[in-house]
Amino acid sequence: MAAIVRAHGIHKHFGALHVLRGVDLEVAERELVFVIGPSGSGKSTLLRCLNRLEEPSGGRIEVDGIDMLDRRTDINRARQRIGMVFQSFNLYPHMTALGNVALALRQVLKLPRGEAEGRARAALERVGLADRAGHYPGQLSGGQQQRVAIARAVALEPRVMLFDEPTSALDPELVGGVLQAMRELRESGMTMVVVSHEMGFARAAADRVVFMDHGLVVEQGAPEAVFGAPREERTRAFIRQIDRH
Amino acid sequence: MTGWERFADSFLNARVAAEYLPKIVEGFGLTVVLALCIIAAGLAAGLALAVVRSLGVRPLNWLIIFAVDLFRALPPLVVIALFYFGLPAAGLSLSGFAAAWLALSLVLMAFSEEIFWAGITAVPKGQWEAARSTGLGFLPTLRLVVLPQALRITIPPLTNRTIAITKNTALASVVAVPEILGAAQAGVSFGFNPTPLTLGAAAYLVLFLPVVVLGRWIETRFAWKR
Repeated sequence: MAAIVRAHGIHKHFGALHVLRGVDLEVAERELVFVIGPSGSGKSTLLRCLNRLEEPSGGRIEVDGIDMLDRRTDINRARQRIGMVFQSFNLYPHMTALGNVALALRQVLKLPRGEAEGRARAALERVGLADRAGHYPGQLSGGQQQRVAIARAVALEPRVMLFDEPTSALDPELVGGVLQAMRELRESGMTMVVVSHEMGFARAAADRVVFMDHGLVVEQGAPEAVFGAPREERTRAFIRQIDRH
Repeated sequence: MTGWERFADSFLNARVAAEYLPKIVEGFGLTVVLALCIIAAGLAAGLALAVVRSLGVRPLNWLIIFAVDLFRALPPLVVIALFYFGLPAAGLSLSGFAAAWLALSLVLMAFSEEIFWAGITAVPKGQWEAARSTGLGFLPTLRLVVLPQALRITIPPLTNRTIAITKNTALASVVAVPEILGAAQAGVSFGFNPTPLTLGAAAYLVLFLPVVVLGRWIETRFAWKR
């Protein structure tokens, strides 16, 4: 299978802090990769390096054949192929749900208003929020906001979706709807990289689990292998801790 | 004459008032024009500087901060006098109106730049990241995502500051601009009676009371609902 994401030898320094210390990550087409690890392990930073929200200090990143770190790469064009969903949703509070989804369709893809809104409506329908199109983020629950954020990213028809702890800011009863939207996205064949602590979801949906610690990939494999029979002591300790919850 | 009659003859003299009312009305018109020119130029320049500052070009930002601090530190009257009496020495003569307009526009620019800048920095970083992650460029993100949110929180302080600086149009009387105060003072000199000052005060009330009330309304209208 062809890899959509190829990241090799990624380093990231924040001042004196060495957050990523040579990480390799390849993601194949239609694969769902789950990245887990203790806080401060660098998993979110790795994700944010993939679409260059964070500038890596070293390494090579290729997404869908585009060299992300080449100065000549049009980063705005490249980012159209990489959807991202954030822990804190980051919806635009001054726009309706429909406006949030349609903005990039209008401004980036340069679609006419009617077409952009049609696609935006279809994207909202996919996450089950067609009836909330006219609502502002402040009038939506956290779970609904996150689903709008997913629609906003999916509407651009990206080649890969990045999820940065998409359910961590949600009340437990709202997590299900977001995971459902992610599951449906997965079933549609979307390539996904998910940083999350939702182990149940990882077990059910992930093709591969990557465990990171101290800026390095410690261990990776099928979810049964990493969760059921972790090879590394650090992995075992981490999984014991989160399973207690 | 009782004290009250003396006061009324001096400050509420109907004959003098009738004579100088047309001048005050003209002054009123001039004050309105001057104020509108200052508001338009000052706010536009302030917003432009804040946008340039958000580009993060360091030498440029030092320059902006220097200019902003300069015009926030100098008393507006000093700036007006400097432009009116000082620039001719440099071979550049400004009319009183132009000197007052330029000076007060620069002062409003300085204060409003700081307010706009504070608004821009108050918008969470996640808003930038969300927009940029969808492929939106820096300027479209600023224009469509960040500024609309920034402007909303800047409107109350901006309204206050704009009212405060617009009232300084009275300072233009110092450089012979016949706006309200200038017209009133001229009336006092020619009429040997201070009644035109009373008219001037009334004219300022007519002009600024609605503006202050409007400012209060805007403040409550745009306050974040809690």
